[in-house]
Amino acid sequence: MSAPAEIRVRVTEAEAVTPAIKRLKLVPVTSNALPDFSGGAHTVVHYTDGPRHVRNPYSLMGSPFDSSAYQISVLRVPDSRGGSALIHDSVNEGTEITITSPINLFPIDRRARRHILIAGGIGITPFMAMTAQLDREGADFQLHYAMRCRDTGAYWKVLQGLYGHRVHTYFDDSNQTLPLTRLLDGQPLGTHLYVCGPAGMIDWVLKTARHAGWPDENVHYERFAAPPPGNTFAVELAKSKRTIEVGPRESVLEAIEAAGIEPQFLCRGGACGQCETAVVCADGTLQHNDHYLSDDEKASGKKMMICVSRFEGARLVLDL
Amino acid sequence: MTEPMLSRPRYPGLSADPHAKLNLIVCEGEGAGAVLDLAAKAPDGFFSRAAILFCATGASGSTYQTKLESLQPANFWVLPSIATAMFRLKGVLATATMGTRLYAAGTEPFIGSVLQEALAVGIDFKSVFTEHRGSAKRRIQCVHCKGLTEDVTASPFTCAHCGLTLFVRDHYSRRLGAFQGVCVDAEVPGEVPPVEELYP
Ligand code: FES
Repeated sequence: MSAPAEIRVRVTEAEAVTPAIKRLKLVPVTSNALPDFSGGAHTVVHYTDGPRHVRNPYSLMGSPFDSSAYQISVLRVPDSRGGSALIHDSVNEGTEITITSPINLFPIDRRARRHILIAGGIGITPFMAMTAQLDREGADFQLHYAMRCRDTGAYWKVLQGLYGHRVHTYFDDSNQTLPLTRLLDGQPLGTHLYVCGPAGMIDWVLKTARHAGWPDENVHYERFAAPPPGNTFAVELAKSKRTIEVGPRESVLEAIEAAGIEPQFLCRGGACGQCETAVVCADGTLQHNDHYLSDDEKASGKKMMICVSRFEGARLVLDL
Repeated sequence: MTEPMLSRPRYPGLSADPHAKLNLIVCEGEGAGAVLDLAAKAPDGFFSRAAILFCATGASGSTYQTKLESLQPANFWVLPSIATAMFRLKGVLATATMGTRLYAAGTEPFIGSVLQEALAVGIDFKSVFTEHRGSAKRRIQCVHCKGLTEDVTASPFTCAHCGLTLFVRDHYSRRLGAFQGVCVDAEVPGEVPPVEELYP
Protein backbone atom coordinates (compact mmCIF):
# COMPACT_ATOMS: atom_id res chain seq x y z
CA MET A 1 0.00 0.00 0.00
CA SER A 2 1.19 3.51 -0.75
CA ALA A 3 -0.25 6.99 -1.05
CA PRO A 4 -3.56 7.26 -3.00
CA ALA A 5 -3.58 7.29 -6.80
CA GLU A 6 -2.80 10.67 -8.34
CA ILE A 7 -4.53 12.31 -11.29
CA ARG A 8 -3.16 15.10 -13.42
CA VAL A 9 -5.75 17.86 -14.01
CA ARG A 10 -5.88 21.26 -15.69
CA VAL A 11 -7.60 24.32 -14.27
CA THR A 12 -10.24 25.50 -16.76
CA GLU A 13 -11.91 28.09 -14.55
CA ALA A 14 -10.41 30.12 -11.73
CA GLU A 15 -12.88 32.52 -10.19
CA ALA A 16 -12.59 34.83 -7.20
CA VAL A 17 -15.96 34.07 -5.63
CA THR A 18 -15.21 36.45 -2.78
CA PRO A 19 -12.00 38.35 -2.04
CA ALA A 20 -10.70 35.39 -0.03
CA ILE A 21 -12.25 32.42 -1.82
CA LYS A 22 -11.07 31.11 -5.15
CA ARG A 23 -13.08 28.51 -7.05
CA LEU A 24 -11.24 26.15 -9.37
CA LYS A 25 -12.73 23.91 -12.02
CA LEU A 26 -10.50 20.94 -12.79
CA VAL A 27 -10.62 18.69 -15.85
CA PRO A 28 -8.46 15.62 -16.49
CA VAL A 29 -5.44 16.14 -18.73
CA THR A 30 -5.31 12.72 -20.37
CA SER A 31 -8.82 11.24 -20.15
CA ASN A 32 -12.40 12.43 -20.50
CA ALA A 33 -13.73 11.48 -17.14
CA LEU A 34 -12.66 11.66 -13.53
CA PRO A 35 -13.42 8.95 -10.95
CA ASP A 36 -16.95 9.00 -9.55
CA PHE A 37 -17.43 10.46 -6.11
CA SER A 38 -20.26 11.00 -3.66
CA GLY A 39 -21.26 14.12 -1.73
CA GLY A 40 -18.83 14.82 1.11
CA ALA A 41 -15.73 13.48 -0.67
CA HIS A 42 -12.45 15.37 -0.76
CA THR A 43 -9.29 15.34 -2.82
CA VAL A 44 -5.76 16.30 -1.91
CA VAL A 45 -4.27 18.97 -4.17
CA HIS A 46 -0.55 18.69 -4.85
CA TYR A 47 1.21 21.62 -6.47
CA THR A 48 4.78 22.84 -6.55
CA ASP A 49 6.03 26.18 -7.79
CA GLY A 50 9.77 26.52 -7.34
CA PRO A 51 10.47 26.35 -3.62
CA ARG A 52 6.79 26.80 -2.75
CA HIS A 53 4.74 23.70 -2.23
CA VAL A 54 1.18 22.77 -1.28
CA ARG A 55 -0.48 19.46 -0.46
CA ASN A 56 -3.85 20.23 1.11
CA PRO A 57 -7.25 18.49 1.27
CA TYR A 58 -10.26 20.21 -0.34
CA SER A 59 -13.88 19.05 -0.49
CA LEU A 60 -15.29 18.41 -3.94
CA MET A 61 -18.14 20.87 -4.38
CA GLY A 62 -19.37 20.11 -7.88
CA SER A 63 -22.26 17.81 -8.61
CA PRO A 64 -21.47 14.12 -8.00
CA PHE A 65 -23.40 13.47 -11.22
CA ASP A 66 -20.82 15.29 -13.34
CA SER A 67 -17.62 13.29 -13.77
CA SER A 68 -16.23 15.54 -16.52
CA ALA A 69 -14.86 18.04 -14.00
CA TYR A 70 -14.28 18.57 -10.29
CA GLN A 71 -14.68 21.85 -8.48
CA ILE A 72 -12.99 23.00 -5.31
CA SER A 73 -12.93 26.23 -3.32
CA VAL A 74 -9.76 27.49 -1.71
CA LEU A 75 -9.98 29.91 1.19
CA ARG A 76 -6.92 32.10 1.59
CA VAL A 77 -5.92 31.56 5.20
CA PRO A 78 -3.89 34.58 6.30
CA ASP A 79 -1.53 32.88 8.74
CA SER A 80 -1.34 29.64 6.84
CA ARG A 81 1.82 27.80 6.01
CA GLY A 82 1.49 29.38 2.62
CA GLY A 83 -0.37 26.55 0.87
CA SER A 84 -3.65 28.33 0.24
CA ALA A 85 -1.81 31.55 -0.57
CA LEU A 86 0.26 29.72 -3.16
CA ILE A 87 -2.90 28.49 -4.89
CA HIS A 88 -4.37 32.00 -4.81
CA ASP A 89 -1.19 33.55 -6.16
CA SER A 90 -0.11 31.15 -8.84
CA VAL A 91 -2.83 28.69 -9.82
CA ASN A 92 -4.85 30.13 -12.68
CA GLU A 93 -6.70 29.10 -15.79
CA GLY A 94 -4.44 26.68 -17.68
CA THR A 95 -2.30 25.64 -14.70
CA GLU A 96 -1.78 21.89 -14.36
CA ILE A 97 -1.88 20.39 -10.90
CA THR A 98 -1.99 16.93 -9.37
CA ILE A 99 -4.85 15.66 -7.22
CA THR A 100 -5.55 12.36 -5.48
CA SER A 101 -8.51 10.13 -6.26
CA PRO A 102 -11.48 11.30 -4.17
CA ILE A 103 -12.05 9.75 -0.76
CA ASN A 104 -15.23 10.24 1.24
CA LEU A 105 -14.82 10.54 5.00
CA PHE A 106 -18.08 12.51 5.35
CA PRO A 107 -20.70 10.49 3.50
CA ILE A 108 -24.45 10.93 3.56
CA ASP A 109 -26.27 8.28 5.59
CA ARG A 110 -28.83 7.08 3.09
CA ARG A 111 -30.98 5.41 5.73
CA ALA A 112 -31.87 8.81 7.18
CA ARG A 113 -35.46 10.02 7.03
CA ARG A 114 -34.28 13.63 7.08
CA HIS A 115 -30.93 15.34 6.66
CA ILE A 116 -30.04 18.57 8.45
CA LEU A 117 -26.86 20.16 7.11
CA ILE A 118 -25.08 22.81 9.15
CA ALA A 119 -22.32 24.86 7.53
CA GLY A 120 -20.10 27.62 8.83
CA GLY A 121 -18.11 29.75 6.37
CA ILE A 122 -15.96 27.73 3.96
CA GLY A 123 -17.44 24.58 5.57
CA ILE A 124 -20.18 24.98 2.95
CA THR A 125 -18.12 23.19 0.27
CA PRO A 126 -18.94 19.52 1.02
CA PHE A 127 -22.60 20.50 1.30
CA MET A 128 -22.57 21.91 -2.23
CA ALA A 129 -22.07 18.36 -3.50
CA MET A 130 -24.31 16.79 -0.86
CA THR A 131 -27.28 19.04 -1.63
CA ALA A 132 -26.96 18.24 -5.33
CA GLN A 133 -27.06 14.56 -4.48
CA LEU A 134 -29.90 14.81 -1.93
CA ASP A 135 -31.97 16.95 -4.27
CA ARG A 136 -31.54 14.54 -7.15
CA GLU A 137 -32.47 11.62 -4.91
CA GLY A 138 -35.57 13.41 -3.67
CA ALA A 139 -34.38 13.25 -0.06
CA ASP A 140 -35.79 15.43 2.72
CA PHE A 141 -33.03 17.93 3.55
CA GLN A 142 -32.48 21.41 4.89
CA LEU A 143 -29.31 23.48 4.90
CA HIS A 144 -28.44 25.96 7.65
CA TYR A 145 -25.55 28.16 6.64
CA ALA A 146 -23.86 30.66 8.94
CA MET A 147 -21.54 33.34 7.55
CA ARG A 148 -19.85 36.53 8.72
CA CYS A 149 -21.60 38.79 6.24
CA ARG A 150 -23.28 38.84 2.84
CA ASP A 151 -20.15 39.92 0.96
CA THR A 152 -17.68 37.38 2.29
CA GLY A 153 -20.10 34.46 2.35
CA ALA A 154 -19.79 32.20 -0.69
CA TYR A 155 -22.47 30.52 -2.80
CA TRP A 156 -25.44 31.32 -0.57
CA LYS A 157 -27.31 33.04 -3.39
CA VAL A 158 -26.65 30.13 -5.73
CA LEU A 159 -27.91 27.70 -3.12
CA GLN A 160 -31.03 29.75 -2.44
CA GLY A 161 -31.71 29.83 -6.15
CA LEU A 162 -31.38 26.05 -6.43
CA TYR A 163 -33.13 24.92 -3.28
CA GLY A 164 -35.30 27.84 -2.18
CA HIS A 165 -36.78 27.61 1.30
CA ARG A 166 -34.67 24.56 2.11
CA VAL A 167 -31.71 26.93 2.51
CA HIS A 168 -31.52 29.04 5.67
CA THR A 169 -28.82 31.68 6.00
CA TYR A 170 -27.51 33.42 9.13
CA PHE A 171 -25.29 36.48 8.97
CA ASP A 172 -23.16 37.44 11.99
CA ASP A 173 -23.10 41.11 11.06
CA SER A 174 -26.89 41.22 11.18
CA ASN A 175 -26.85 39.49 14.58
CA GLN A 176 -28.55 36.43 13.16
CA THR A 177 -27.69 33.26 15.04
CA LEU A 178 -28.35 29.72 14.05
CA PRO A 179 -31.20 28.55 16.33
CA LEU A 180 -29.58 25.20 17.00
CA THR A 181 -31.49 24.13 20.10
CA ARG A 182 -34.82 24.88 18.46
CA LEU A 183 -33.67 23.15 15.29
CA LEU A 184 -32.78 19.96 17.14
CA ASP A 185 -36.07 19.88 18.99
CA GLY A 186 -38.90 17.72 17.69
CA GLN A 187 -37.17 16.33 14.61
CA PRO A 188 -38.55 12.95 13.51
CA LEU A 189 -36.68 9.82 14.53
CA GLY A 190 -34.09 8.87 11.95
CA THR A 191 -33.03 12.47 11.30
CA HIS A 192 -29.30 12.86 10.68
CA LEU A 193 -27.22 15.93 11.34
CA TYR A 194 -24.08 16.95 9.45
CA VAL A 195 -21.77 19.78 10.39
CA CYS A 196 -18.74 21.31 8.71
CA GLY A 197 -17.17 24.60 9.69
CA PRO A 198 -14.76 26.15 12.19
CA ALA A 199 -13.62 23.92 15.08
CA GLY A 200 -15.60 25.94 17.64
CA MET A 201 -18.79 25.53 15.66
CA ILE A 202 -18.32 21.78 15.29
CA ASP A 203 -17.72 21.43 19.04
CA TRP A 204 -20.84 23.50 19.76
CA VAL A 205 -23.03 21.44 17.47
CA LEU A 206 -21.73 18.08 18.75
CA LYS A 207 -22.23 19.13 22.36
CA THR A 208 -25.67 20.62 21.82
CA ALA A 209 -26.81 17.53 19.92
CA ARG A 210 -25.60 15.20 22.65
CA HIS A 211 -27.36 17.25 25.30
CA ALA A 212 -30.53 17.13 23.24
CA GLY A 213 -30.32 13.34 23.42
CA TRP A 214 -29.20 12.74 19.83
CA PRO A 215 -27.29 9.46 19.45
CA ASP A 216 -23.72 9.89 18.17
CA GLU A 217 -24.60 7.66 15.21
CA ASN A 218 -26.90 10.41 13.87
CA VAL A 219 -24.37 13.21 14.05
CA HIS A 220 -21.68 13.50 11.37
CA TYR A 221 -18.91 16.02 11.05
CA GLU A 222 -15.85 16.76 9.01
CA ARG A 223 -12.96 18.30 10.80
CA PHE A 224 -9.67 18.69 9.02
CA ALA A 225 -7.04 20.17 11.26
CA ALA A 226 -4.34 22.18 9.52
CA PRO A 227 -0.95 20.91 10.68
CA PRO A 228 0.01 23.39 13.41
CA PRO A 229 3.47 24.96 13.39
CA GLY A 230 5.96 24.30 16.17
CA ASN A 231 9.64 23.87 16.96
CA THR A 232 12.07 22.01 14.75
CA PHE A 233 12.68 18.41 15.78
CA ALA A 234 14.41 15.34 14.39
CA VAL A 235 12.73 12.03 13.68
CA GLU A 236 14.58 8.77 13.22
CA LEU A 237 13.01 6.29 10.81
CA ALA A 238 13.72 2.79 12.09
CA LYS A 239 13.01 0.86 8.88
CA SER A 240 14.64 3.15 6.36
CA LYS A 241 17.46 3.95 8.79
CA ARG A 242 17.39 7.67 8.20
CA THR A 243 17.06 10.74 10.34
CA ILE A 244 14.92 13.57 9.08
CA GLU A 245 14.48 17.07 10.34
CA VAL A 246 10.94 18.44 10.68
CA GLY A 247 10.92 22.21 10.27
CA PRO A 248 8.67 24.62 12.20
CA ARG A 249 6.17 25.01 9.34
CA GLU A 250 5.97 21.47 8.06
CA SER A 251 4.40 18.28 9.36
CA VAL A 252 6.24 15.00 9.92
CA LEU A 253 4.40 13.64 6.89
CA GLU A 254 5.54 16.51 4.70
CA ALA A 255 9.13 16.26 5.90
CA ILE A 256 9.20 12.53 5.19
CA GLU A 257 7.68 13.05 1.75
CA ALA A 258 10.26 15.71 0.98
CA ALA A 259 12.91 13.08 1.75
CA GLY A 260 11.42 10.85 -0.94
CA ILE A 261 9.45 8.45 1.26
CA GLU A 262 5.69 8.11 0.58
CA PRO A 263 3.76 7.06 3.69
CA GLN A 264 0.02 6.44 3.49
CA PHE A 265 -2.45 9.27 3.94
CA LEU A 266 -6.01 10.17 2.99
CA CYS A 267 -7.04 13.39 4.71
CA ARG A 268 -3.81 15.05 5.87
CA GLY A 269 -5.91 16.60 8.60
CA GLY A 270 -5.85 14.18 11.52
CA ALA A 271 -9.28 12.75 10.80
CA CYS A 272 -9.04 9.50 8.87
CA GLY A 273 -6.45 7.42 10.68
CA GLN A 274 -4.65 6.39 7.52
CA CYS A 275 -1.26 7.83 8.46
CA GLU A 276 -1.18 6.17 11.88
CA THR A 277 2.43 5.36 12.66
CA ALA A 278 3.87 3.23 15.44
CA VAL A 279 6.23 5.05 17.80
CA VAL A 280 9.26 2.91 18.50
CA CYS A 281 10.73 5.26 21.07
CA ALA A 282 9.81 8.74 22.27
CA ASP A 283 12.09 10.40 24.79
CA GLY A 284 10.05 13.57 25.17
CA THR A 285 6.47 14.68 24.58
CA LEU A 286 4.26 13.69 21.68
CA GLN A 287 1.98 16.57 20.74
CA HIS A 288 -1.12 14.86 19.45
CA ASN A 289 -3.11 17.23 17.23
CA ASP A 290 -5.43 14.70 15.59
CA HIS A 291 -9.12 13.91 16.12
CA TYR A 292 -8.63 10.24 15.42
CA LEU A 293 -6.82 8.52 18.29
CA SER A 294 -8.70 7.98 21.54
CA ASP A 295 -7.45 9.71 24.67
CA ASP A 296 -6.11 6.38 25.93
CA GLU A 297 -4.22 5.77 22.70
CA LYS A 298 -2.76 9.26 22.87
CA ALA A 299 -1.68 8.73 26.46
CA SER A 300 -0.08 5.37 25.64
CA GLY A 301 2.51 7.13 23.46
CA LYS A 302 2.61 4.12 21.16
CA LYS A 303 1.29 5.75 18.00
CA MET A 304 0.98 9.11 16.33
CA MET A 305 -0.78 10.61 13.32
CA ILE A 306 2.13 12.03 11.38
CA CYS A 307 0.01 14.38 9.24
CA VAL A 308 -0.68 16.78 12.14
CA SER A 309 1.10 15.68 15.31
CA ARG A 310 4.49 16.91 16.49
CA PHE A 311 7.15 16.10 19.05
CA GLU A 312 9.25 17.96 21.56
CA GLY A 313 12.13 16.26 23.33
CA ALA A 314 15.40 14.40 23.00
CA ARG A 315 14.65 11.56 20.62
CA LEU A 316 11.78 10.27 18.49
CA VAL A 317 11.98 6.99 16.55
CA LEU A 318 9.14 5.98 14.22
CA ASP A 319 8.42 2.61 12.67
CA LEU A 320 8.85 3.80 9.09
CA MET B 1 -12.12 -20.62 16.64
CA THR B 2 -11.46 -18.27 19.55
CA GLU B 3 -12.27 -15.12 17.56
CA PRO B 4 -15.96 -14.20 17.83
CA MET B 5 -17.70 -14.16 14.47
CA LEU B 6 -18.10 -10.65 13.16
CA SER B 7 -21.67 -11.31 12.08
CA ARG B 8 -22.52 -12.44 15.59
CA PRO B 9 -24.32 -9.54 17.32
CA ARG B 10 -23.15 -8.32 20.69
CA TYR B 11 -25.35 -7.07 23.51
CA PRO B 12 -23.17 -4.97 25.80
CA GLY B 13 -25.86 -4.35 28.44
CA LEU B 14 -28.17 -1.49 29.36
CA SER B 15 -26.81 1.84 30.53
CA ALA B 16 -28.70 5.08 31.04
CA ASP B 17 -28.49 7.91 28.50
CA PRO B 18 -28.53 10.94 30.83
CA HIS B 19 -29.58 13.32 28.04
CA ALA B 20 -32.44 11.48 26.37
CA LYS B 21 -35.76 13.29 26.45
CA LEU B 22 -37.59 9.98 26.19
CA ASN B 23 -36.14 6.64 27.30
CA LEU B 24 -38.14 4.07 25.39
CA ILE B 25 -37.53 0.74 27.13
CA VAL B 26 -38.78 -2.44 25.51
CA CYS B 27 -38.33 -5.66 27.46
CA GLU B 28 -39.52 -9.21 27.52
CA GLY B 29 -39.70 -11.82 30.32
CA GLU B 30 -36.32 -12.05 32.05
CA GLY B 31 -35.28 -8.88 30.24
CA ALA B 32 -37.22 -7.03 32.95
CA GLY B 33 -34.38 -8.01 35.28
CA ALA B 34 -31.97 -5.98 33.16
CA VAL B 35 -34.28 -2.95 33.48
CA LEU B 36 -34.42 -3.36 37.27
CA ASP B 37 -30.61 -3.52 37.35
CA LEU B 38 -30.48 -0.40 35.21
CA ALA B 39 -32.77 1.33 37.73
CA ALA B 40 -30.16 0.76 40.42
CA LYS B 41 -27.59 2.86 38.55
CA ALA B 42 -29.73 5.29 36.52
CA PRO B 43 -29.63 9.00 37.40
CA ASP B 44 -32.50 10.62 39.33
CA GLY B 45 -35.51 11.41 37.23
CA PHE B 46 -34.56 8.84 34.59
CA PHE B 47 -37.87 6.95 34.77
CA SER B 48 -39.97 10.11 34.77
CA ARG B 49 -38.68 10.46 31.20
CA ALA B 50 -39.20 6.77 30.44
CA ALA B 51 -41.83 4.66 28.75
CA ILE B 52 -41.69 0.92 29.43
CA LEU B 53 -43.19 -1.58 27.07
CA PHE B 54 -43.19 -4.96 28.78
CA CYS B 55 -43.89 -8.21 27.03
CA ALA B 56 -44.93 -10.43 29.94
CA THR B 57 -43.78 -13.82 28.74
CA GLY B 58 -42.47 -16.59 31.00
CA ALA B 59 -43.46 -17.77 34.44
CA SER B 60 -42.33 -14.72 36.43
CA GLY B 61 -44.13 -12.22 34.18
CA SER B 62 -46.49 -10.84 36.85
CA THR B 63 -43.78 -10.46 39.52
CA TYR B 64 -41.70 -8.44 37.07
CA GLN B 65 -44.74 -6.41 36.08
CA THR B 66 -45.24 -5.17 39.66
CA LYS B 67 -41.55 -4.36 40.05
CA LEU B 68 -41.37 -2.47 36.75
CA GLU B 69 -44.48 -0.50 37.66
CA SER B 70 -42.88 0.55 40.94
CA LEU B 71 -40.17 2.35 38.94
CA GLN B 72 -42.98 4.81 38.08
CA PRO B 73 -42.26 5.28 34.40
CA ALA B 74 -44.17 8.07 32.67
CA ASN B 75 -45.86 5.40 30.55
CA PHE B 76 -46.20 1.69 31.15
CA TRP B 77 -47.70 -0.86 28.79
CA VAL B 78 -47.97 -4.61 29.25
CA LEU B 79 -48.42 -6.72 26.13
CA PRO B 80 -49.05 -10.46 25.91
CA SER B 81 -46.81 -11.39 22.96
CA ILE B 82 -43.88 -10.23 20.85
CA ALA B 83 -46.26 -9.51 17.98
CA THR B 84 -48.52 -7.21 20.03
CA ALA B 85 -45.49 -5.58 21.67
CA MET B 86 -43.96 -4.84 18.26
CA PHE B 87 -47.26 -3.41 17.03
CA ARG B 88 -47.35 -1.02 19.97
CA LEU B 89 -43.65 -0.17 19.53
CA LYS B 90 -44.26 0.64 15.88
CA GLY B 91 -47.01 3.04 16.91
CA VAL B 92 -44.82 4.78 19.50
CA LEU B 93 -41.87 5.08 17.10
CA ALA B 94 -44.02 6.53 14.33
CA THR B 95 -44.55 9.75 16.28
CA ALA B 96 -41.37 9.76 18.38
CA THR B 97 -38.80 12.48 17.83
CA MET B 98 -35.02 12.76 18.02
CA GLY B 99 -33.92 12.70 21.63
CA THR B 100 -35.58 9.32 22.07
CA ARG B 101 -33.23 6.59 23.25
CA LEU B 102 -34.30 3.03 22.62
CA TYR B 103 -33.44 0.18 25.00
CA ALA B 104 -34.14 -3.51 24.36
CA ALA B 105 -33.73 -6.39 26.83
CA GLY B 106 -34.75 -10.02 26.55
CA THR B 107 -34.04 -12.99 24.33
CA GLU B 108 -32.12 -12.62 21.12
CA PRO B 109 -35.14 -12.99 18.80
CA PHE B 110 -36.95 -10.36 20.84
CA ILE B 111 -34.06 -7.90 20.62
CA GLY B 112 -33.85 -8.71 16.91
CA SER B 113 -37.50 -7.76 16.47
CA VAL B 114 -37.00 -4.46 18.32
CA LEU B 115 -33.97 -3.66 16.14
CA GLN B 116 -36.02 -4.39 13.02
CA GLU B 117 -38.61 -1.82 14.09
CA ALA B 118 -35.81 0.61 14.91
CA LEU B 119 -34.21 0.13 11.52
CA ALA B 120 -37.52 0.82 9.81
CA VAL B 121 -37.60 4.34 11.27
CA GLY B 122 -33.94 5.02 10.56
CA ILE B 123 -32.44 4.26 13.99
CA ASP B 124 -28.92 2.86 13.74
CA PHE B 125 -28.64 -0.44 15.61
CA LYS B 126 -25.49 0.85 17.31
CA SER B 127 -27.49 3.54 19.07
CA VAL B 128 -29.91 1.04 20.63
CA PHE B 129 -28.82 -0.12 24.09
CA THR B 130 -29.34 -3.89 24.35
CA GLU B 131 -29.02 -6.64 26.94
CA HIS B 132 -29.55 -10.34 26.39
CA ARG B 133 -31.47 -12.06 29.20
CA GLY B 134 -33.31 -15.34 29.39
CA SER B 135 -33.22 -18.22 26.95
CA ALA B 136 -30.54 -18.54 24.27
CA LYS B 137 -33.20 -19.67 21.78
CA ARG B 138 -32.82 -18.44 18.23
CA ARG B 139 -34.97 -17.38 15.33
CA ILE B 140 -33.73 -19.19 12.23
CA GLN B 141 -34.29 -18.50 8.58
CA CYS B 142 -34.08 -21.55 6.34
CA VAL B 143 -31.78 -20.54 3.46
CA HIS B 144 -33.69 -22.90 1.17
CA CYS B 145 -37.38 -22.00 1.62
CA LYS B 146 -36.73 -18.65 3.44
CA GLY B 147 -39.25 -19.61 6.14
CA LEU B 148 -38.60 -18.42 9.68
CA THR B 149 -38.70 -20.90 12.54
CA GLU B 150 -39.03 -19.47 16.06
CA ASP B 151 -37.71 -20.75 19.40
CA VAL B 152 -35.01 -23.01 18.04
CA THR B 153 -32.87 -24.40 20.87
CA ALA B 154 -31.11 -27.30 19.14
CA SER B 155 -29.06 -28.04 16.03
CA PRO B 156 -29.79 -29.65 13.69
CA PHE B 157 -33.53 -29.07 13.73
CA THR B 158 -36.41 -29.49 11.31
CA CYS B 159 -37.51 -26.45 9.29
CA ALA B 160 -41.11 -25.70 10.28
CA HIS B 161 -41.90 -24.80 6.67
CA CYS B 162 -40.14 -27.12 4.20
CA GLY B 163 -39.21 -29.94 6.56
CA LEU B 164 -35.49 -30.02 5.69
CA THR B 165 -33.08 -30.85 8.49
CA LEU B 166 -31.14 -27.65 9.13
CA PHE B 167 -27.77 -27.00 10.71
CA VAL B 168 -27.80 -23.70 12.69
CA ARG B 169 -25.06 -21.32 11.64
CA ASP B 170 -23.68 -18.37 13.63
CA HIS B 171 -24.37 -16.14 10.65
CA TYR B 172 -26.88 -13.46 11.71
CA SER B 173 -28.99 -11.13 9.58
CA ARG B 174 -29.95 -7.86 11.23
CA ARG B 175 -32.50 -7.17 8.55
CA LEU B 176 -34.32 -10.40 9.38
CA GLY B 177 -33.38 -10.55 13.05
CA ALA B 178 -32.54 -14.21 12.45
CA PHE B 179 -29.71 -16.72 12.13
CA GLN B 180 -29.18 -18.91 9.10
CA GLY B 181 -30.17 -22.56 8.88
CA VAL B 182 -28.58 -24.71 6.16
CA CYS B 183 -29.54 -28.22 5.03
CA VAL B 184 -27.32 -30.60 7.00
CA ASP B 185 -27.69 -33.72 4.85
CA ALA B 186 -27.55 -32.32 1.33
CA GLU B 187 -24.61 -34.52 0.32
CA VAL B 188 -25.90 -37.79 1.74
CA PRO B 189 -29.64 -37.53 2.46
CA GLY B 190 -30.49 -39.01 5.82
CA GLU B 191 -26.94 -38.74 7.17
CA VAL B 192 -27.67 -36.40 10.08
CA PRO B 193 -25.31 -35.66 12.99
CA PRO B 194 -26.73 -36.04 16.51
CA VAL B 195 -29.01 -33.28 17.76
CA GLU B 196 -27.36 -31.01 20.31
CA GLU B 197 -29.29 -28.72 22.65
CA LEU B 198 -27.01 -25.74 22.01
CA TYR B 199 -29.34 -22.81 22.68
CA PRO B 200 -31.38 -23.64 25.81
S1 FES C 1 -3.82 11.33 6.83
FE1 FES C 1 -5.73 11.20 7.79
S2 FES C 1 -5.18 11.20 9.89
FE2 FES C 1 -3.31 11.57 8.88
